[in-house]
Amino acid sequence: MSDVAGSYWRSGVLDPQGPVGAAQNTILLNATTIMLAVVIPVIVLTLGFAWWFRHSNARARYIPDWSYSGRIELIVWSIPAMVVLFLGGIAWVGSHDLDPGKQIASSAAPVNVQVVSLDWKWLFIYPDLGVASVNSLVVPAGVPIRFQLTSATVMNSFFVPQLGSQIYTMEGMTTRLNLLADKPGRYPGLSAQFSGEGFSDMRFVVDAMPQQAFDQWAANTRAAGGNLDEASYAQLARPSSAVASSTFGQVEQNLFNDIVNSNNPAPGTSPTGHHSTPSISDGT
Amino acid sequence: MSASSSTHSEVREIPVSERGPAPRNVVVSFGFWLFLLSDIVIFAALFAAFAVLSHETAGGPSGNDLFDRNRVLLETAILLASSFTCGLMSLAVEQRKLIPAAAWGAVTFLLGATFVGMELFEFHGMIESGARPDRSAFLSAFFTLVGTHGLHVSAGLFWLLVMFAQIATLGFRPMVLRRLRCFSLFWHALDIVWIGVFTIVYLGAH
Amino acid sequence: MLGKLSWAAIPFDQPIPMIASLLVMLTISAILLLFTWKGWWPYLWSEWITSVDHKRIGVMYILLALVMLVRGFTDAIMMRSQLALAAGGAQGYLPPEHYNQIFSAHGTIMIFFVAMTFMVGLMNFVVPLQLGIRDVAFPVLNSVSFWLTAAGVLLVNMSLVIGEFARTGWLVYPPLSELAYSPGVGVDYYLWALQISGAGTLLSGINLTTTILKLRAPGMGYMRMPIFCWTALASNLLIVAAFPILTATFAMLLLDRYLGFHFFTNEAGGNAMMYINLIWAWGHPEVYILILPAFGVFSEVIATFSGKALFGYRSMVIATMAICVLSFMVWLHHFFTMGAGADINGFFGIMTMIIAVPTGVKVFNWLFTLYGGRLRFDAPVYWALGFMVTFVVGGMTGVLLAIPPADFVLHNSLFLVAHFHNVIIGGVLFGAFAGYTFWFPKAFGFKLDERIGKAIFWCWFIGFYLAFMPLYILGLMGATRRMQHYDVAGWQPLMLVALLGAIVILAGIVLTGVQLVVSIRTRDQRRDHTGDPWNGRTLEWSTPSPPPAWNFAVLPAVNGLDPYWEAKKSPKSHRQNGPDLETIAVPRNSPIGFVLAFFAVMAGFALIWHIWWMAIAGLIGALMTILAHAWRVSDEVEYVVASQRQRAAI
Repeated sequence: MSDVAGSYWRSGVLDPQGPVGAAQNTILLNATTIMLAVVIPVIVLTLGFAWWFRHSNARARYIPDWSYSGRIELIVWSIPAMVVLFLGGIAWVGSHDLDPGKQIASSAAPVNVQVVSLDWKWLFIYPDLGVASVNSLVVPAGVPIRFQLTSATVMNSFFVPQLGSQIYTMEGMTTRLNLLADKPGRYPGLSAQFSGEGFSDMRFVVDAMPQQAFDQWAANTRAAGGNLDEASYAQLARPSSAVASSTFGQVEQNLFNDIVNSNNPAPGTSPTGHHSTPSISDGT
Repeated sequence: MSASSSTHSEVREIPVSERGPAPRNVVVSFGFWLFLLSDIVIFAALFAAFAVLSHETAGGPSGNDLFDRNRVLLETAILLASSFTCGLMSLAVEQRKLIPAAAWGAVTFLLGATFVGMELFEFHGMIESGARPDRSAFLSAFFTLVGTHGLHVSAGLFWLLVMFAQIATLGFRPMVLRRLRCFSLFWHALDIVWIGVFTIVYLGAH
Repeated sequence: MLGKLSWAAIPFDQPIPMIASLLVMLTISAILLLFTWKGWWPYLWSEWITSVDHKRIGVMYILLALVMLVRGFTDAIMMRSQLALAAGGAQGYLPPEHYNQIFSAHGTIMIFFVAMTFMVGLMNFVVPLQLGIRDVAFPVLNSVSFWLTAAGVLLVNMSLVIGEFARTGWLVYPPLSELAYSPGVGVDYYLWALQISGAGTLLSGINLTTTILKLRAPGMGYMRMPIFCWTALASNLLIVAAFPILTATFAMLLLDRYLGFHFFTNEAGGNAMMYINLIWAWGHPEVYILILPAFGVFSEVIATFSGKALFGYRSMVIATMAICVLSFMVWLHHFFTMGAGADINGFFGIMTMIIAVPTGVKVFNWLFTLYGGRLRFDAPVYWALGFMVTFVVGGMTGVLLAIPPADFVLHNSLFLVAHFHNVIIGGVLFGAFAGYTFWFPKAFGFKLDERIGKAIFWCWFIGFYLAFMPLYILGLMGATRRMQHYDVAGWQPLMLVALLGAIVILAGIVLTGVQLVVSIRTRDQRRDHTGDPWNGRTLEWSTPSPPPAWNFAVLPAVNGLDPYWEAKKSPKSHRQNGPDLETIAVPRNSPIGFVLAFFAVMAGFALIWHIWWMAIAGLIGALMTILAHAWRVSDEVEYVVASQRQRAAI
């Protein structure tokens, strides 16, 4: 019973399942502890001073003109300065150690995944395997995943809370992210940047599985067929929400780069046939 | 020397900050200065946008293809000259000399109008040749930055006309003098902004 | 003839906005009818609408803020009830296209028309009184500023009935806010409303900065200025430096939307990242524009009710100005997740934390102001103590968000939502209510009801913790902001607690109205005859309550900090040695603000709906109004008044 309650509170960011998330969890807890060491005394002193120096307390000393003390000034500037010095160190080191673009050291060769945010679903392309999936990200557990991310529509943010770091996806640009899932399991993912009407359903599942099972999945996906070429991509890119996951056994070469470079079309041509009516076209 | 000055220290001069409310013309000029600063922040944002987008020609024409530097140099000379004549107008106003003030004001107006005319001519030529502001991000930023300056100059010309009418109907009363002082601050500030436009947009074109 | 406007713009088929707008229109009609029936229009016109008195304008700002608080809160409680219902596959009662407008409107209204308006109102009312002067530097401009803000408010509320509001979040990030993705008029309502009210805010910032720097009572050097004036100075300097960035950024987005420019579009080289940089170059200073005056209010309240000088005045001034400067160097922390690289993220993370140093200094100085005082527990003190306890928690979560790797998992989550409500409610709103309760007797000559005032505080305080502590937890569990429904059924209990918190806050808002009504009806028992109901320290308490239009018959001579406190200690030195009678010039009322706002609404509405002839008519009307004003020769009306000595004898 207590285990169930414990797992309720320890979910999402507080239940990391990979080295990035675990390191961020540690930073969160350390920084909170350091600050609580100042914040709790301040709260206690505020209430304590206010209560003791209340008007009706005849025993409290009243010093109406006491408004300066060099020694106290020194202390009040140095306490926050020291805390910030310390946390600044954590921030600087953490920014570099956990930079989203930094590759995760591992004996296993990383898996490349190209991520495209669409209205309102996620497309995952595996360039080395020649397959792709929608709203379902299958990865081998214990193997670093190297993401390249872009958007074929408005801005979104790719985020798997239990694995750590999120990163924006932006049209015409490529961002990078490196994550790793320690164990097999299913971890929810989402868009953390509001992107319009179908935003709330822009969710996906990360399915981390043992390497063998992953290889099997890739083979099955290839066998299941489905070709992601220009035509089927254009079909996929049309706005839709709450889309069930699906796969493509074949992906056109360079599709990701073509999507990134689709900025700067000749003037007059519409970008990707955007919804001029605000209704959700299908999928609901 | 030092001894004698210290004996007079009791009649210490009151610091400026403690002399009470400043006179009206100081307050008005100061307030207008703040307005100009905020205006320059607008230009700073537009300059930043131009700097970011100046390479984004989207396959369209670049600055080098479009700008006629000789003509822009002439525009610059005209605007600087108008600033000089605006200064002469201010001097005449301070001495309450109506005829020279009106004459230098008229010269300032003509020079400013010539500047705006040349700019419109340039814009017209660019749009005719297909270099419209919706052609590329670079052209959007160019037309917005240079156009905003041009709008300011046009507003200044209108203001100058209003000031002619105010001098004619109200005379050199303190209110009118304060406004003329603000106008000349405005006109000189536009010069400074134009120096930035000339250097960054036209000389820095690539 | 009417551009994009047609009967289809009115949402007859959507019951919620229709009922809401019907209620609003009924209320407005009832108020208008009441005023007509009572014959109050001439009074309203001559004493309020055309008034250029900074005190009246300040009061109108605050009234506007309170009205908009009700509107913004209505949005809030709809969002909370939607999320309390829409769990585990349920869709709730608000479809996304409506829900998205509600959270966009909530943020826009609460920041621009509640927090901002309230703070500008407080500064307008208090600053000239504290400086010992008769009005702000440009009284007529002050009226224009107020009415332009009101014009923005009117446009935002019109969007409820005619058309729609933005569905893009309160900062309308492109490319979502570009024509390709937001073809409706919602974003245009947002942009024009904020361009108009933003112009008002900028003019108000110029006005108050000039006032503080150039118009102070004789003897009031910079280091003798009340601390609230220092925070107001910092806040208004930030307005002058930051609001033009907002104007320029919105202008670029408008050009994209109206003329097909490519500043932030996905096509032709546009760059949406630039918008995000520019908007936060305004947005972060904006946070301090709001919070610094609140810091000033707390400094005044804590010192006054402790019966003790503010501890570390110099430190407080340095800390205020340090925050003012630093606030321009931290904007990137709003988007660490853009992938700017470790060095840039690390730099901005550290800069952000450095701001925590002067803020921490302020907290400690308030603490030592309490030390050795004789604290009277009047309602403003409740707000101040509630603030100190709550704000340090918000500061702590803010520093957490400033650590880039921590932000990578907290960004855009409900943790972030909880954080900024923690500082905006626990800081700005508590400050606004502290100031409202503190200076109310100065404005109207009677105190607000104490017991209801304390009840309001407890509603907000408990309601805040109930509503937002669950959001911190939900954010850590992976709940993101702006979601209209969620599939984790386990989040629902916490969402219900948050709704309960919102209902408790609702009680606080209702009580605010009750407090006003009760206090006005029993005003004769709660009159403040001394002008100094709290045993104050600064010059505003040396005037009668309410102060005359000219504030001070004779400008007070200032010899130090807390001049009124010092004067009360040695009554003889307080007496004026000026002439018994003095001629005082007081600026004449002017309708220009109201008329300009009328034309601004006309032009704004026309631009939103592409009714070009009407837009031109509105602009020409505004221009003609300004020209007519330029020929107004005598803008001052003269009074002869008794000096303070004579008045004291009466």
